[in-house]
Amino acid sequence: MSKIHVTTKVNGDEVEYLCEPRETLLDCLRDHLDLTGAKEGCGTGDCGACSVTMDGRLVCSCLVLGAEAQGKEIATIEGMAEDGALHPLQRKFIEHAALQCGICTPGILVAAKSLLEKNPDPTETEMRYWLAGNLCRCTGYDKIIRAVMDAAAEMREAS
Amino acid sequence: MSTGIGARVKRKEDKRFITGKGKYTDDVRSENQAYAAFVRSPHAHAKIKGIDKSAALAMEGVIDVLDGHQLTGDGIGNIICGWAITSKDGSAMNMGAWSALATEKVRYVGDAAAVVIAETQALARIAAEAVEVDYEVLPAVSNAKKALADGAPEIHDNAPGNLIYDWEIGEEAATDAALSEAAHVTEMEITNNRLSPNPMEPRSAVATYDAAEEHYTLYTTSQNPHVARLVLSAFYQVAPEHKLRVIAPDVGGGFGSKIYIYPEEITCLWASMKTNRSVKWTSDRSEAFITDAHGRDHISTAKMGFDADGRITGFKVDTIANFGAYMSLFSSAVPTYLYATLLSGQYDIQNIHCNVRAVYTNTVPVDAYRGAGRPEACYLIERMMETAAREMGKDPSELRRANFVREFPHQTPVIMAYDAGDFDANLDQAREAADVAGFPARKEEAAKRGKLRGLGYSSYIEACGIAPSAAVGSLGAGVGLWESAEVRVNPVGTIEILTGSHSHGQGHETTFAQIVAERFSIPIENVSIVHGDTDKVQFGMGTYGSRSGAVGMSAIVKAMDKVEAKVRKIAAHVLEASEDDIVIEGGEVKVKGTDKAMGWHEVGLSAYTAHNLPPDMEPGLKESAFYDPANFTFPAGAYICEVEVDPETGVTEIVRFTASDDFGTIINPMIVEGQVHGGIAQGIGQAMLEQVVYDDDGQLITGSYMDYTMPRAADLPFYDVHHASTICPNNPLGMKGCGEAGAIGSPPAVINAITDAIGSNTLAMPATPHAVWSALQAAQ
Amino acid sequence: MYPTKYHKPDSVDAAITALSGAEDGKFLAGGQTLLATMKQHLAAPSDLVDVRGISDLSGIRMDGDTLVIGAATTHAEVAASADVNSACPGLARLAAGIGDPAVRHMGTIGGSIANNDPAACYPAGLLALNATIVTNSREIAADDFFLGLFTTALEEDEIITSVRVPACAKAAYAKFRQPASLFALVGVCVAQTADGARVAITGAGEDGVFRHEGLEAALSSDWSASAIDGVEVSADGLMSDIHGSAAYRANLIKVMAKRAVAAA
Repeated sequence: MSKIHVTTKVNGDEVEYLCEPRETLLDCLRDHLDLTGAKEGCGTGDCGACSVTMDGRLVCSCLVLGAEAQGKEIATIEGMAEDGALHPLQRKFIEHAALQCGICTPGILVAAKSLLEKNPDPTETEMRYWLAGNLCRCTGYDKIIRAVMDAAAEMREAS
Repeated sequence: MSTGIGARVKRKEDKRFITGKGKYTDDVRSENQAYAAFVRSPHAHAKIKGIDKSAALAMEGVIDVLDGHQLTGDGIGNIICGWAITSKDGSAMNMGAWSALATEKVRYVGDAAAVVIAETQALARIAAEAVEVDYEVLPAVSNAKKALADGAPEIHDNAPGNLIYDWEIGEEAATDAALSEAAHVTEMEITNNRLSPNPMEPRSAVATYDAAEEHYTLYTTSQNPHVARLVLSAFYQVAPEHKLRVIAPDVGGGFGSKIYIYPEEITCLWASMKTNRSVKWTSDRSEAFITDAHGRDHISTAKMGFDADGRITGFKVDTIANFGAYMSLFSSAVPTYLYATLLSGQYDIQNIHCNVRAVYTNTVPVDAYRGAGRPEACYLIERMMETAAREMGKDPSELRRANFVREFPHQTPVIMAYDAGDFDANLDQAREAADVAGFPARKEEAAKRGKLRGLGYSSYIEACGIAPSAAVGSLGAGVGLWESAEVRVNPVGTIEILTGSHSHGQGHETTFAQIVAERFSIPIENVSIVHGDTDKVQFGMGTYGSRSGAVGMSAIVKAMDKVEAKVRKIAAHVLEASEDDIVIEGGEVKVKGTDKAMGWHEVGLSAYTAHNLPPDMEPGLKESAFYDPANFTFPAGAYICEVEVDPETGVTEIVRFTASDDFGTIINPMIVEGQVHGGIAQGIGQAMLEQVVYDDDGQLITGSYMDYTMPRAADLPFYDVHHASTICPNNPLGMKGCGEAGAIGSPPAVINAITDAIGSNTLAMPATPHAVWSALQAAQ
Repeated sequence: MYPTKYHKPDSVDAAITALSGAEDGKFLAGGQTLLATMKQHLAAPSDLVDVRGISDLSGIRMDGDTLVIGAATTHAEVAASADVNSACPGLARLAAGIGDPAVRHMGTIGGSIANNDPAACYPAGLLALNATIVTNSREIAADDFFLGLFTTALEEDEIITSVRVPACAKAAYAKFRQPASLFALVGVCVAQTADGARVAITGAGEDGVFRHEGLEAALSSDWSASAIDGVEVSADGLMSDIHGSAAYRANLIKVMAKRAVAAA
């Protein structure tokens, strides 16, 4: 099976990998780039544990081919803290204990960040619907929503 | 800022999770990695007439295809259920043989007949489809009642009529008499819907065999790695315990489903030896639906009798429990000692009788899922109480109060001896927070908008920290239910706690450290928690049944007692004082009322340099303890749910959910709230969204997130969580446990609220919009 | 996933050539359904022809009073488009409510209607709005395009290039979500068009999306939610499954139709 050479940017760094056509972006991140923060919770785009952004748009990396990343900009949880400084969402998730087992957390953080970039002042309902594609089995979402609201408020104040 | 008991300390474990650096089993990749994929039965019940592996073996990259005859031929033992239940006629339970890979028959859709080991996961999965199993399809049965009927297909030869046991508890004659004399009897048939646990991390195993050392290492998604090692060794004969290391690294949620030792882990270990490769298997979600143990699935009829004052005189229950195709590890205990023993609820009931029949069906094995038996009991009692109140025209909270246990200890007629509680306090607190007084006005306002508003109660009690070991042993348990801990004070004074509890979301790395930091007056950063590795921690029983606080932390306290005793001796010797005058505070070990003191780290150093220790004292500062509780603990509380139903569509919105819990001592309220939130979310999921559905032929209808409704952010409310606590008298910290309460207490509150709103009591879980609309139509 | 080959042509002709040359090829658009089915081994195309590199298939523009939406336009792009929001705001809101954000960022209008999932939103929208589906070889009226469950009028080697939607100020889609999948358990799109009211229903029909004559007649004579009260919606021909009986779906059709009219 011939492999495809892909050049893409991940978290701001140019990277290259060789992948089979059938490999998903999630496979490529985890297996070729050793970025295991994104998780496969369902493999069918229903749980959001594999959430990353591609050219700034939230996607399920389990339903994007590795080949499709060619020339794109990918952002994963590993790039969320900049120069060692946690993103406000990350800090607020710790402050509120908005996570328990942690398996869905990378996806939820990436999804929440993408919401706040699009809408810095979302209502509670908008947040809950935006996170419709991110399943968390531990928290019942209460502290997640509160942490996102708190981070949004802080980010608005800072900007 | 305090980091001690009661402080909202930020979770120490979170930094790795929020930066994507958590290390879960599927993140582990060994050198020489090969991948397993299972050849699973598409039939619910079939004879295996033959397996043709040739096409798969011919594929490039396929290392081997192994079957059940090879597995049993190598002496790998059958999977066992670890709790022996005796039927009321004195006979032993009928446990059918369960081989990790089926040999003669498959008994549910998903039962594995063979395994493919290949160079990649994708190839293994493709090759698994190329293995041709010649099945002779047999009639199947998925419903437990139908499985008990005459002429139902028999699933195991040694379980005639598919009956595993027919067990009872309590006095039947006395209960019947009480019911016959009752002023009012409420009767209900109640189904507790079957659920799929769905931790967001699918199960995974990486097994590596070292031929030179004849040693195995297993990374696995386990709530209890030591139990896994014990069972893999003692019963499945995979390897002797000293030649098997089990590591459960970060684990992405369990909820009970990762207690059990499944066919896949056994097979991966064995296959790593057969192929001399490290063998990795990670479930996909479809596989999770057909292999992870399901939960609940009871059908019960119940009668509750009351006297003219509304006091319960008798409670009689007949339950059929669906066990699926095989008896999973703790399955037998769930509808017996974890269920029927809780049927007294928060109430003083003198006469209780419960009969339980456990039944094989052609479905995924059923075992403990968050709450395990206690949600089934609570749902039954609390639906009965609400229904009885409506039938008798009484206020549901007053009917409950008329029956509350108020003197402790209280011996129920079904084994349990409640040790402490204040059920009125919980109900008062919940009613106040939920503004029950304002409900009629809110109902009226909703009606103006065309919405039906309802309010429902649930006063739950549950039992955690199953113990003591001698007692559970006498009831049939195959293991002890103590916990172990080791406290290692390093020469510089930092501390490692080795615990047999396993954290997979519970926040042990934080709460366990809180009690240590407080006890020895050191910064919490100087404490680390070590768990989840049989090479590091000597032994432990793991985390389930909300036991890690009450049992696991008690073991730590016991070990800390020993450390403190030695610290006092050292300090008294060095400071030339009496042991009784030594106090530990402010990071120092001091002589009371003087300025004589040693830094905590200096005590550590003294212990390890051993230059100046009391005569005959061994060097070092490390103590371990095993803690076996004297009794269960009894968390309890009152939940109030308020809903609004759209009669046009049946859509129900939870507009308010109020909880008042009694968990005893709370170490970290922030973490406890999270546990309650998650439990309530799963309870709401059971009540309104989730249900495993099989068709009559045993085909799973809800095999993906397209059909199994997981609670999403928009399905759930914020929760209003309060605490009104009594201290548990039976453990050193006074803790009761909080992990399962939400899932136990919430389903009846939700259904009581919806049935109140729609004015019809004929409503089963899950109360989907379709179900609620149908109930409304039927009532019209 | 079974092995496959990946092609990324930059023109419609090249895409057709790639597909014709494949043993069992499939066009890949957003991939939100196709890749999921491939991962579950429910589909194993020999070749994937990714159409998102074809500039002719992208973009949204007005052609007089008609919206022209390139086939590879994502749901999020339709939802955010100024042209769609002004010419046909109901369609923008329909797109904004599909699935979840990740699906909307990848899923495309062409992919959705070519798949014609009986619970998808777009088929109802395009049918009610009397849209025209433009392919590399012809134009097909929505009325003639959706033929049944996962079945369309598309020939093999035919590719949707764009969708033409007549501007419609009074149109709305009301969806009752199937709680697990978030697809439509019942979705009703109502549109006031030059030829009278059109009402299309997804999620409910045993044969996929369909128009409802009774509702159309009622709304054509009186465009109001109350006009729907007197319409009989039969459960015959409606799906029954674990999420809803045919009778429940029939009820939801009326309720959602009223809500759609109110929102239009």
